[in-house]
Amino acid sequence: MSVATAAPPGGSPDSTRRGLNTWDSPWLNVKFLLGLAMVAIILLMAGAGPLGLYDTTRARVASAPLNLPPVWTNIDNPFFGEPDPEYPLGTDSDGRDLMAVLLVGAPRSLHIGLIAAGAGMLIGVVLGFSAGFIGGWWDAFVRTISDSIITIPALAVLIVISAFVKNLDVVILALLLAAFAWPGPTRLLRAQVLSMRERGYVQMARLSGANTFSILFREMLPNMLPYLAASMTGNVSAAILAATGLEALGLGPTRIPTMGMTIYHAMYVSALFRGMWWWWGMPIVALVIVFTGLFLMTVGLDEIANPRLRGVREQ
Amino acid sequence: MSELTLGYFLRRLGMWLLTIWIGATLIFTIPRLAPGDPITAMVERMIQQAGYIENSADLIEAWRARFGLDGPWHVQYRNYLLSMVRVDLGYSLANFPARVTDIIGRSLPWTLGMVSIATILSFCAGNLIGALMAWRRVPAAIRNILPVSLTFTSIPFFMFGILLISFLAFKWKIFPAFGNYGRGVEPGWNLDFILSVLHHGLLPVLSIVVTSMGFWALGMRGMMVTTDGEDYMILANAKGLRSRRIFWFYGIRNSMLPQVTALALNLGAVAGGSLLVELIFGYPGLGYFLYQAIISADYTVIQGIVFMLIVGVATAVLILDLLYPVIDPRITYSKGQT
Repeated sequence: MSVATAAPPGGSPDSTRRGLNTWDSPWLNVKFLLGLAMVAIILLMAGAGPLGLYDTTRARVASAPLNLPPVWTNIDNPFFGEPDPEYPLGTDSDGRDLMAVLLVGAPRSLHIGLIAAGAGMLIGVVLGFSAGFIGGWWDAFVRTISDSIITIPALAVLIVISAFVKNLDVVILALLLAAFAWPGPTRLLRAQVLSMRERGYVQMARLSGANTFSILFREMLPNMLPYLAASMTGNVSAAILAATGLEALGLGPTRIPTMGMTIYHAMYVSALFRGMWWWWGMPIVALVIVFTGLFLMTVGLDEIANPRLRGVREQ
Repeated sequence: MSELTLGYFLRRLGMWLLTIWIGATLIFTIPRLAPGDPITAMVERMIQQAGYIENSADLIEAWRARFGLDGPWHVQYRNYLLSMVRVDLGYSLANFPARVTDIIGRSLPWTLGMVSIATILSFCAGNLIGALMAWRRVPAAIRNILPVSLTFTSIPFFMFGILLISFLAFKWKIFPAFGNYGRGVEPGWNLDFILSVLHHGLLPVLSIVVTSMGFWALGMRGMMVTTDGEDYMILANAKGLRSRRIFWFYGIRNSMLPQVTALALNLGAVAGGSLLVELIFGYPGLGYFLYQAIISADYTVIQGIVFMLIVGVATAVLILDLLYPVIDPRITYSKGQT
């Protein structure tokens, strides 16, 4: 029933009594590491094709038998073929091997998200730092613009773009997504700079004659890393969400298989109605792993950045 | 001093205009940056579909004039903005005599109803779950069960929608998979119609609520933990106030404002995500007609719907901004005091 137990950040009292424990690092956050592992698995899939572990060229149309259910199933339906160990996740109605689609497409979706969020973060660091540090009219300008861009539905504007520009390149799509990914980090960094500007260690650095650049990047930036990382993973997730939405509308890059495009193909020939659950199920499972992984990383990073969040459970 | 001052109101109105102006400018610029002439491409596509169009050259000219593509860019831009101010979005290309505003007028109520109900439900449920997760007076057993409700957080709305359709509509046939109300039902204020609308709307709403609830819950949990450490909470406890009163009027009340800010910042994303939900469920709102417009290359409708969406989200944000003083009287909006 105690109202507020101001536990020292960093764990239970006996760990401080025993001295520094290497296993007590806030970065060893279960949620963060679990999320990181999930994302890493998807990223590592990209290696399967080039390393010759799996024939990823079968992600092309008409490179496999049609309508094969996954290996482990036992579906009695004359419309579908017999499960074949050669095609572990089954095939679709256009003759794509879904395992190959997964190995090629899932890492690609993550790439798009990483490029978009990375570029957005870069813009955010520049604008957020400069707004927080320079202040004045520049601060007002950056704040106003980012506040208004953040409320514009990115997906809707991207739909207009891709309705006019056919065959979007993956990199161009990622950069377009970045155009909507910068206001979040900008706001965050600006607020952090404003609150850190008056902290003791920053004033100390200023007194000892450090220049603005080194105060920003050597004193302030390391302290913001967990916040930045949490914002980054959140942005990767948002970018993948927008890209997948675009692809699911049939508006994404069409040359390479992506998870959203697979959903689009499946919906287009009403795989849902025909009971071909493995077709639309595969991209959904892959994306759920990506999104849940990123989400766990964001939550974990939030707890790393804000020790108060860690305390609740221990009560 | 919690009254809404004129200065604050004007500043917010300025933000509203700025957002719409940026959005309108984007929609204006994009087609002009695209390679090729969209009007000619549009008419060519119409010819392909219709077989033959008698006065295609006239049509191109007429459309060019309508789009304001026949003058220097600053004149085009001025005319474009003026037509946006008049809410004159032109005619649909695919269904020619239909005006874009008619199509939007027919579909907007469904989107508005579905999305706002879903957003409000998800916001309330998520915040309550988050607050309870952080509230130490709640039995630990309940606090540990609550996170289970957040399992589907971070999955895109429409993907959860696909799962709901495949299980609840196709497999178990509890809910209809498509549409906004049943076929034999007469639209109007009768019980059958209302029940049918609710029956059809439940799955789309559910797919948004279940997947976005966790976002609010996590934010609220963080805020509640911070609020719980404040001195006034100790005082409220020491005064002997009832736990329920402290929870609602001290805890939630004080943790609410950042959540409302977050709501305003995320409305755009929610609106974008709901477009796909409507498509998946064949729900005849803006998203559904947007998709129809995409497959029939109906550029005026695409631009019109996206513009309306931007206006809608900006307006919702404006309303939230104006509600701030009611939610949190601590903030004063007069310029003099800070």
